[in-house]
Amino acid sequence: MQKKENQEVENRPDNTAFTQQRLPAWQPILSAGIVIPLFVLVGLAFIGIGVALFVTSRNLHVLEMDYTGVEKTSPCFSCSDPIKQKNCKCSLSFELDKLFEGPVFFYYGLTNYFQNQRAYGVSKDYNQLSGDLDYFTFFFSIVPDSTCKPYRYDVNNKPIVPCGSLANSMFNDTFNLYQMKNGVKEEVPLDGKGISWWTDYNIKYRNPSVNPLRNAFNGTVKPLYWSKPAYELDPTDTANNGFINQDFLVWMRRSALPNFRKLYRRITDGLPAGNYSLEISYNYPVIAFDGKKKVAFSNVSWMGGKNEFLGIAYLVIGSLCLVMSVVMLIIYHWRNSSPDAN
Amino acid sequence: MCVLHLMLQGFDPPHQSETRTIYVANRFPLHGHYIPTVTFSNGDVFQYTIWNFVPKNLFEQFRRIANFYFLIIFLVQLMIDTPTSPVTSGLPLFFVITVTSIKQGYEDWLRHKADNEVNGAPVYVVRSGSLVGDIVRVAKDETFPVDLVLLSSDRPDGTCHITTASLDGETNLKTHYSVAETSVCQSVSQLESLQAVVECQQPEADLYRFVGRMTVTLLGEEIVRPLGPENLLLRGARLKNTKEIFGVAVYTGMESKMALNYKCKSQKRSAVEKSMNSFLIIYLCILLFEAILSTILKYAWQSEEKWNEPFYNQKTEQERNSSPILKFISDFLAFLVLYNFIIPISLYVTVEMQKFLGSFFIGWDLDLYHEESDQKAQVNTSDLNEELGQVEYVFTDKTGTLTENEMHFRECSINGTKYREVNGKLVPEGLTDDSPDGSTPHMELLFLKAVALCHTVQISYDQPDCMVPGSDPFSHVNGFSANHMEYYASSPDEKALVEAAKRIGITFISSNGDTVEIKTFGKTEKFKLLHVLEFDPNRRRMSVILQTPSGGQIMFTKGAESAILPFATSGEMEKTRLHVDEFALKGLRTLVVACRHFSPEQYTEVDRRLNAARTALQQREEKLQEAFNFIERDLQLLGATGVEDKLQDKVQETIEALRLAGIKVWVLTGDKHETAVSVSLSCGHFHRTMNILELLQQRSDNECAEQLRRLARRIKEDHVIQHGLVVDGASLSLALREHEKLFMEVCKNCSAVLCCRMAPLQKAKVVRLIKTSPEKPITLAVGDGANDVSMIQEAHVGIGIMGKEGRQAVRNSDYAIARFKFLAKLLLVHGHFYYIRIATLVQYFFYKNVCFITPQFLYQFFCLFSQQTLYDSVYLTLYNICFTSLPILVYSLFEQLVHPHVLQSKPALYRDISRNSMLSFRTFLYWTLLGFCHAFVFFFGSYILMGEDTTLMGNGQMFGNWTFGTLVFTVMVITVTLKLALETHFWTWMNHFVTWGSIAFYFIFSLFYGGIIWPFLHTQDMYFVFVQLLSSGSAWFAIIIIIITCLFPDVIKKVFYRHLQPTNTQKSQVQLTNTHPYVNQSCPQAVCKECFWLFFCQLVEGKDYFLSIF
Repeated sequence: MQKKENQEVENRPDNTAFTQQRLPAWQPILSAGIVIPLFVLVGLAFIGIGVALFVTSRNLHVLEMDYTGVEKTSPCFSCSDPIKQKNCKCSLSFELDKLFEGPVFFYYGLTNYFQNQRAYGVSKDYNQLSGDLDYFTFFFSIVPDSTCKPYRYDVNNKPIVPCGSLANSMFNDTFNLYQMKNGVKEEVPLDGKGISWWTDYNIKYRNPSVNPLRNAFNGTVKPLYWSKPAYELDPTDTANNGFINQDFLVWMRRSALPNFRKLYRRITDGLPAGNYSLEISYNYPVIAFDGKKKVAFSNVSWMGGKNEFLGIAYLVIGSLCLVMSVVMLIIYHWRNSSPDAN
Repeated sequence: MCVLHLMLQGFDPPHQSETRTIYVANRFPLHGHYIPTVTFSNGDVFQYTIWNFVPKNLFEQFRRIANFYFLIIFLVQLMIDTPTSPVTSGLPLFFVITVTSIKQGYEDWLRHKADNEVNGAPVYVVRSGSLVGDIVRVAKDETFPVDLVLLSSDRPDGTCHITTASLDGETNLKTHYSVAETSVCQSVSQLESLQAVVECQQPEADLYRFVGRMTVTLLGEEIVRPLGPENLLLRGARLKNTKEIFGVAVYTGMESKMALNYKCKSQKRSAVEKSMNSFLIIYLCILLFEAILSTILKYAWQSEEKWNEPFYNQKTEQERNSSPILKFISDFLAFLVLYNFIIPISLYVTVEMQKFLGSFFIGWDLDLYHEESDQKAQVNTSDLNEELGQVEYVFTDKTGTLTENEMHFRECSINGTKYREVNGKLVPEGLTDDSPDGSTPHMELLFLKAVALCHTVQISYDQPDCMVPGSDPFSHVNGFSANHMEYYASSPDEKALVEAAKRIGITFISSNGDTVEIKTFGKTEKFKLLHVLEFDPNRRRMSVILQTPSGGQIMFTKGAESAILPFATSGEMEKTRLHVDEFALKGLRTLVVACRHFSPEQYTEVDRRLNAARTALQQREEKLQEAFNFIERDLQLLGATGVEDKLQDKVQETIEALRLAGIKVWVLTGDKHETAVSVSLSCGHFHRTMNILELLQQRSDNECAEQLRRLARRIKEDHVIQHGLVVDGASLSLALREHEKLFMEVCKNCSAVLCCRMAPLQKAKVVRLIKTSPEKPITLAVGDGANDVSMIQEAHVGIGIMGKEGRQAVRNSDYAIARFKFLAKLLLVHGHFYYIRIATLVQYFFYKNVCFITPQFLYQFFCLFSQQTLYDSVYLTLYNICFTSLPILVYSLFEQLVHPHVLQSKPALYRDISRNSMLSFRTFLYWTLLGFCHAFVFFFGSYILMGEDTTLMGNGQMFGNWTFGTLVFTVMVITVTLKLALETHFWTWMNHFVTWGSIAFYFIFSLFYGGIIWPFLHTQDMYFVFVQLLSSGSAWFAIIIIIITCLFPDVIKKVFYRHLQPTNTQKSQVQLTNTHPYVNQSCPQAVCKECFWLFFCQLVEGKDYFLSIF
C-alpha cells in the first residue's frame, strides 16, 4: 500500500521556491517615492564632486604654442619650407608672469595626424620589438611580419629593424628650453625618464640581449626616415636606446584621435616667472597633410591635466537631478492631492 | 494472443487509379512471427538519428538566416584582409551552434524516448512483405493497427462492436458487419482456403465514407458483395464486446483514415519569432546602410592625396595597383565585418536556451499538477511559450475537455416527488408525510422499470481472457456474470440511467433479439420486445413497446420534456414540469419518462400501423412519423430524470477568466446539438441571458446564406445583449464554402460560438478560418481525443488534455495538461511571464548590440574610415558571450512583473500584453533609439574627455587608442547591465549574482587579460591598458558620469509614465506592495543583510516619511 502511494505521487513536482517560481525577491518599484530622494542625494553629491573637479582643474595651467610655421610671421616659417628641410633650427620665445609650478610636463602635439589608421597601427612586428633576434633577419619573406610593408625590407632585401610604418614615422623634432636670465641663455634641465608607461619600458618592449647592442643590428638597416639607427637614439644614456628608448615608446603608443599630444619631457622643478626661449630642431613635415605642430607645458593634479569637461558635466547632471526631482515632486503631489480630478 | 501470418499476393501501387485492388492472402505459413507494428508517428516526428545528427542538424541550423549570415561573415573574414580576426565571429558562431545542437539533440532524444514508451507495448501483427492485404487478428479491447475490412468475428453472424472514441469522441458501441461469405471463416484453416479480392477507393480522409466491393470465389463461383463504412474497421478504434475478429488490411500507416486526418506536423513559429525576424531585417538594413555609407565616405575622403597616402602611411605597390572595384568591394566587406555585431548573434541561442530552460517551469508547477491522476503539465514544444501570452481565441473540445466524460445520475422526479440517489437508494426529498402504502412504491417501480427498459443500451460481458492451451481458442465462451457487465450506449445519458437503475435494484441483464431481461430486486423478469420507436431529433423522444411477463402490452417513452409533456394526459404534470426546470437550472440534463398501457385492441391497431409504415415502399419516413405520433399520445407521466454530465472542476471560472482576459472561447464538438448546448450553458460558455442564434441543418447554399443574413441582421438590430451562435458541421461546411466572409462577420459579433457535429478536419478548418482572418489573431486549440489532433496541430498553440481517450492528442500537442482548469494558469500566469520575458529579451538584445557597435561606427569618422576597431578583438568576441549574456538570460527566466496570484485573480492584466504590444514597432523604435543615444553618449562622452588629449593620469603620461576603446567598452558594459537592472522587477538572488557578477567578471577578466603577455597572440596591444585606465582618477569619474547620464533620462521616463499614465500592470504592482504581506516580508529580511541593500530598503520603507518632509 505504501508502495502504491509512492507510485501515485511519482510525478508530483517538487514544492520548492525555485520550481514554483516563488523565490524570495526584492521587487523595487521605480516610483517617485524612491526616485525623488535618490535624485536629491545624487544631485547634491554630483554638484559637490563637480565643484571639486572644477576647482582642481581651474588651478592647473596649460601653455600651448603652435610652431608649425604656416604664417610668415611665425618664427619657424623658414623651416616649414620642405625644400630646406634638413637640420633646420628655429626658436620660440615666451614669457611667464608667475611661477609655473612643478612638475611641469612638456608635450609635443600634432593635429590632423591619423595615428589611429588601421594599416598604420598594425604595421609593426611585435616579435622584433620584444627583442627576438629571429625576426631581425630575412627569412623566406616570413619575417619580419608582413604587416610591416612597405617598410619591411630595403632595396637590398635587408630587413628594416624596427620595421613598419609606425616606427618609421617616429617624431624627430627635438627641443631645448632656455631661460633668459639677464640676457644669458640658461638651459632648463629636461627629464626624459618615465615619460612612457612603466610596463612598456620594463616588460612589453625588450632589446635583444646582445652586448653591445649594435651587434644585434648587424645585417639590418635602420628605418628609412630615421637619421640614426635604433641603438643610437640616445647617445647620452645607454639604457635609453634600441626599442626601449622612451621617445620611441611614447610614439609607439598610438593615439586614439587625430589631434593628440605626446609627452616629451618633464621639468621637475617647475618654471619660474621670466622669459624663455624654446629651440626647436625642425625635422618633421606636417604641412603636406594640413597638420599642425604644437608644444604644450602643463602641470597636473591627481586627476591629470587641465580638463574642465568633467567638472562641468558633474555640475550639469547634478543640477538636472535636482531640477527633475522638484518636477517629480510637483507631479507626485498634484497626482496625490487630486486623484478624483483624473 | 495469437496472430496469423498471411500472404499478400499483391496490390497495385496506390494513387495510380481510382481504386485499389487487394488480394486477400490465401496461403499461410505454419508459424508466424511477432513483429511490432509500424506506428505512423515514426517517420515524421523524429528529426534525427544518431548517424545523421551532425550533418542534418548543421544543415538545419544554417538554414536559419542569422546563422547563415554569421557563417558568411566568418568566411569573408577568412578570405579577405579584415579588421578583426575570423575568431571574433567564428567563436561565437561555434558556441551558438553547439548550444543549439545540444538542445535540439536532447529534445529529439526525449521524443524518441516518449515514442518508444507509447509504441513499445500494444499491438503485434505479423506480415509478409507489404502490410496491405494481410489478414490481421485483433482481440478484444485492442485497437486496430490498420484500417481493416472485417472478414469474420467469433460471433456466428460475423458482427463485432467497436468504439471510435479516440477518433470522433463517441463512446458508444457501434456494430460493424462482415460479408456473409467470409463470416463463416472463423478459424485459421477456414481463412486459409478463402479466395477473395477487395476493391476499394484510394485512401481518403473522410472517416464516414468507404466504398468498395469484395469478390469471393466460392466453389469456383465468383460472388460480388458491396462494402461500405459498416464493413470497415478504422485504425485507432477499439474492439469491444467481441472476443476477436479477422480482417484484411486495406489502408495502412500513413494511408489509414486516422493518419490522413492528422495534418502534417508543420513547424510552428511564434508571433515573437516573426517580429524578431522582421527586426533582424531592419537591423540588416541598418548594417548595410552603415557599411555602404562608410565605404562611400572612405572614398570621398581618400580622393585627396594627402589623406589617401600621407608620408607616414605609405601604401605598398600591390595596394596601389589593385583594381578600384575590387578595393571597393573588399572595403565594403571589411566594414560589414566590422559592424556585423549589430546583428545579435547570440540572440537566437539565448532565446532557445530561455525557451528550453524556461519551459521546465510549466512541468514543475504544482498548480498544474493533477493529484488524482498523478499527472503534471507537459511541454512538447518549448518554441511557443510566449505564444501562451498572446492567445485571442480558444477553441475547445467538449467531451473530455470541458466535461469529465462521465455521466452520473443525480436526481429524479417520480409522480411529483423529487428523489435523489444516496448510496444506491432513492431518497425522497424532505421526507414528506407520504403514507408508506400508497401508490408511490408502485409508481417508483414502474418508473425504474421504464428507465431500465426504455433504451438502446448494449451489454458487454467481460470474458475471461485466459485460454487453456490446446483448446479451441475461438470457441464462444458464454459464462458471463452480472458482475463483469459493462453497458455501452450511443447516448451516455442512457448508460447513466441504466446504471443508476442497476444500483437501485432493477438490473438490465440482457437483450437477446426480441426478449429483454431485467432483474427486479433479485427476481428475473422477461419482457418481450415488440417494437422500438427509435429516437430522432425532430421528435426528440424514443419509445419501446413491450409485452410484460403477465401478458399485457406497455409502451415506455422517454425524451425531452417539450416532446412528452404536451402528449401526457395523466400524472403529476405541473409538479414534474417544475422539477424539470429545477434540474435544468442545476445544469442537469433532463429526460421525461412516461408510459402507456395498451388494451389488446389498441395494440392490434398499433402493431398494424407500425408494420404498415415500416414496410411502406414510398414515403416511408413520413408514414413512420405519422405512426409514431399516433402511438405516442395519451401518455401517463411517470416522472423525470436529472443526469449530470459532470463538468470538470472550475470550468465555468476558467471560461469566465479567459473571457475577462479578452479571449474568445469557441466550443467545437462532435456531439449532438442539444447536448452541446446544454453543456455549453452549464459551463458558462453560453449565459442564460445570451441571445442564442442558430445556424443548423442547412441543406443548400442559398438557404444557408439567407439564414446567415438573417442572423447578421438580428445582431445589428440587437447589439445590446450578447449573442451566442450555434452551428452544426453540415451548415458550417456550407457556410465556409461560399459565404466565408458573412460567416466571419456573424462570428465576430458573437461573444460565444458553439460548433457541434464537427468532423475532425472541420475543426481544423474552423481554426484555420479564424487564424487567417484579416486580424490574424493567435489561436489556441485544446482537446483530449484523436479527433482533436488536427485542430491542435492547426492552431498556433495546441493543448492536449490528458484524458481517457488515449494519448494521441497529448502527443501531438504543444503543451499537455491534465485538466481544463489549468488553462487559466497556463495562459494568464505562464503566458504572461513568458511573453514579457521574451519580449524584453528580444528588445534588449537589439539595444545592447546597437550600444556595442555604434561607437565603432562613430570611431570611423575619426580614423579616416580605415576600419580600425575601437575595441580589442577579445572584447569584441566576448561581449555577447560573456559580459552581457547571463543577466539577460537570468532575467528572461525569472522575471515576474506581477505576482502570479494577482495575474490569476485579475485576468484583465492579460489584455495589457495582447496583440504583441511589447514588440510593437513603437517599442522597438524606442529601444533602438535608446541604444543609439546611449552609444552616442558613451562615445562622445569619452571623446570630449580625451578631447584635446590632455593627460588623464597623475604622472602626465598619455593614453593610447586602446585605452580610449577600453574606456568606451567599460562604460558600455556597465551601462548595458544596469539598464537591464532598471528593467528587472523581480530581483532574486540569482539576478543579483549575475548582474553584479557580470560587472565584476568584466573587471577581473580585463585585469587578467591585460596583466599577462599572451604567448600565442599576435600583438600585445591590451597589455596593462586596463590597469592604466583604472589608475586614472578622471577615468573613474568619467565612467560614473557617463553611466548616470545614460540612465538618468530612462529613470525619469519610467517615473513619469508610472505616475501620469500607469498601466493596469503597474497599478496592480503598487496595490501588491501595499496589501500583499509576502512582498513586504521578502524585501527587508532577505535582502537587507547586505549593507547596500539596507540603505536601499530603508529608502523604500522610509519613502512616506521622506515625502512628508516636503
